[in-house]
Amino acid sequence: MENRLKVTASPHIQDNSSTRKLMLNVIIALLPCVVASTIIFGARTLLVCGVTVAASVLFEYLYCHLMKKPNPVGDLSAVVTGLILALNMPVSMPLWIAIVGAFIAIVITKQLFGGLGMNFANPALVARIVLFTGFASRMTAWVYPAKATRTLTMMGVDAATGATPLQVEGGVGKYPLMDLFMGVHGGVMGETCALAILIGLAWLLITRTITATIPVAYVGSYALFSFLLNVGELGAADAGMLVLHEVLAGGLLFGAVFMATDYVTSPFTFVGKIVFGIGLGLVTFGIRAFGSMPEGVSYAILFMNLLVPYINDLAHQVPLGYKKHKKGAKAA
Amino acid sequence: METVKMPVPTKVVLPMQQHIGAPCTPVVKKGDTVQVGTLVGQAGGFVSANIYSGVSGTVTGVDSVRLSNGSFCQAVTIQPDGLQTVDPAVKPPVVTDKESLIAAVQACGLVGLGGAGFPTAVKLSPKTPVDILVINGAECEPYLTADAREFLEDSETVMSGIEAVMKYLDIKKCVIGIERNKPECIDLMCSLAKGVAGVEVKPLPSRYPQGAEKVLIESATGREVPRGGLPADAGVIVLNVTTVSTIGKYLATGMPLVTRRMTVDGDAVKEPKNVEVIVGTPLQEVLDFCGVKEGVSVGKMIMGGPMMGVAVADPATPVLKQNNGLLVFSEAKATLPEPQPCIRCGRCIDACPMGLEPVRIAGAFTKKDAAALDKLCIDLCMLCGSCSYVCPAKRPVTQTMSLAKDFAKKEANK
Repeated sequence: MENRLKVTASPHIQDNSSTRKLMLNVIIALLPCVVASTIIFGARTLLVCGVTVAASVLFEYLYCHLMKKPNPVGDLSAVVTGLILALNMPVSMPLWIAIVGAFIAIVITKQLFGGLGMNFANPALVARIVLFTGFASRMTAWVYPAKATRTLTMMGVDAATGATPLQVEGGVGKYPLMDLFMGVHGGVMGETCALAILIGLAWLLITRTITATIPVAYVGSYALFSFLLNVGELGAADAGMLVLHEVLAGGLLFGAVFMATDYVTSPFTFVGKIVFGIGLGLVTFGIRAFGSMPEGVSYAILFMNLLVPYINDLAHQVPLGYKKHKKGAKAA
Repeated sequence: METVKMPVPTKVVLPMQQHIGAPCTPVVKKGDTVQVGTLVGQAGGFVSANIYSGVSGTVTGVDSVRLSNGSFCQAVTIQPDGLQTVDPAVKPPVVTDKESLIAAVQACGLVGLGGAGFPTAVKLSPKTPVDILVINGAECEPYLTADAREFLEDSETVMSGIEAVMKYLDIKKCVIGIERNKPECIDLMCSLAKGVAGVEVKPLPSRYPQGAEKVLIESATGREVPRGGLPADAGVIVLNVTTVSTIGKYLATGMPLVTRRMTVDGDAVKEPKNVEVIVGTPLQEVLDFCGVKEGVSVGKMIMGGPMMGVAVADPATPVLKQNNGLLVFSEAKATLPEPQPCIRCGRCIDACPMGLEPVRIAGAFTKKDAAALDKLCIDLCMLCGSCSYVCPAKRPVTQTMSLAKDFAKKEANK
């Protein structure tokens, strides 16, 4: 026994974190959104989520099995991708399209580029965009909670024409703020209830799964740009209210908390995260304010995902002793 | 944990390479009798340190042994007689100026006792002017408490060592850096430092690797050591608390460095202790002194702390001068989890005390891109282990840094 000691290079201890635990924390943080959606949109939420998650995990397993790669299912990253993708679909989504989405996310966006950690863009996000492009009518077949239909009728909007608060005639600013916050309006399953998203964010922050840098920089810069655009016309108070409505409506909060913070496709350093967040705010604002689409979150994140390698290069940390080295080198 | 003196071991093995620099030349041969304080290895140059016997007894062999890093070197093996008679040559040195102090420190065989093992006499001869002496009492590695005991049990020699270095090297200011998790050390040293001009105690955040030289200098003095530079380039000399205390002891008694205090701990150890050990004692005997928990099989033995210590292959490996700890882990604790794919979470970047970006360095090393590695300042990495420690994917990040550092050095020398 004594002459069979293990010899390894230092360090000899590690903390008790793991990829699986981080992913589990994200799953826990997503649960309030699932619960909120079940309450708002009905039990079909659970069916769509369950099928999408199951399909994601199955595709991950099958791909790695066929490619003779180690089975990665235990790290739970496919569950996270599946759940985020499901919450990016309306509750009426046909299940076969959800399965197609899972295939695009897991096989095409993630595994073909080398699996966990190697994808250039957020898998759930790419799948969402593909589904929006390929199945536009299905992806925007909003289901309205009964109360939201009443609200729309009161506003003189025909609920049957289908619209999220961002598309409502007369502007998002007319939508009751509390309904936006509680999520009682049309939209994809995960994005409507701001309260549930904020509970999820709190969990991610408490467990130190993510830092608040990206969500704050993203939402903050978006709000600032939108405020500046409207303040001249509406005055500070009304512009502020409009911005608050805009922040709560659509996919901004869900994207900022759960999709822009994806480790693999966001920058490493604090400065990089700030740049990334402001870039997201700018692109989202540009699309929402001047583009032909009502929603710009997913394209903003995809676009900024592509810039991450460059941001990482430019926003690198300054090592200890490096500043003086540069000065010294100049003097010499 | 108060220090317990360990009895004379059954065997003492003194490798001639116990420091950074040139190995010593053995000056005894098989059959010679030695006493406590007898010179057995003569320093092989300026960057080297004498080696003395810590026991009285008979030299049973001078042969080649394998060191913990895998290389071979000469070693003197001594069979103790248990009498511990002291060599008559041991007497306090006469120190009057800088040169005689450095000569005394060299004669003492002193090396950095915090773990690095760099010959102290070399440190005391900086090429650039120095105005601050920093005493490293951070002891940031988990488990280890040997330096904290030095403060508490040998505070007098700590102070006399500091005063001697300040006086003869003409340094007006001394900062004693101690982590805040050792309040009793801070209180004691504050009260002792009051009476000495220029000496102050600086409580430091308890965060690994607070005791890493460049990190310590930054937090104790606010100065930055330039890239590729030495502490002296920032006008600082850093000495470990036990090292400076040993200077104090040597000036008072003339007994060279032949024993040291080490923390024996780990989940396989029955009674964790701070032990005063004779240099050259086989680790197995130190472990036997503290005992192994019943029913636990030993999986790993580490010389030093868990973050930067060296795992040894052979339990008969002797204690070296700079070994501040012996950690003994069970099989379960010695087994590290399988590495998973990197999820690019950036925790290694947040953890790096030098402000490096391990995940990007690992990427550049995979591509064998020496230019990128240089740009990412791989040479600043001190292999503190923080990046591996925090990695949720349990990747051997520090080990990769080590390979990358080595690769970049070789490329630069091409």
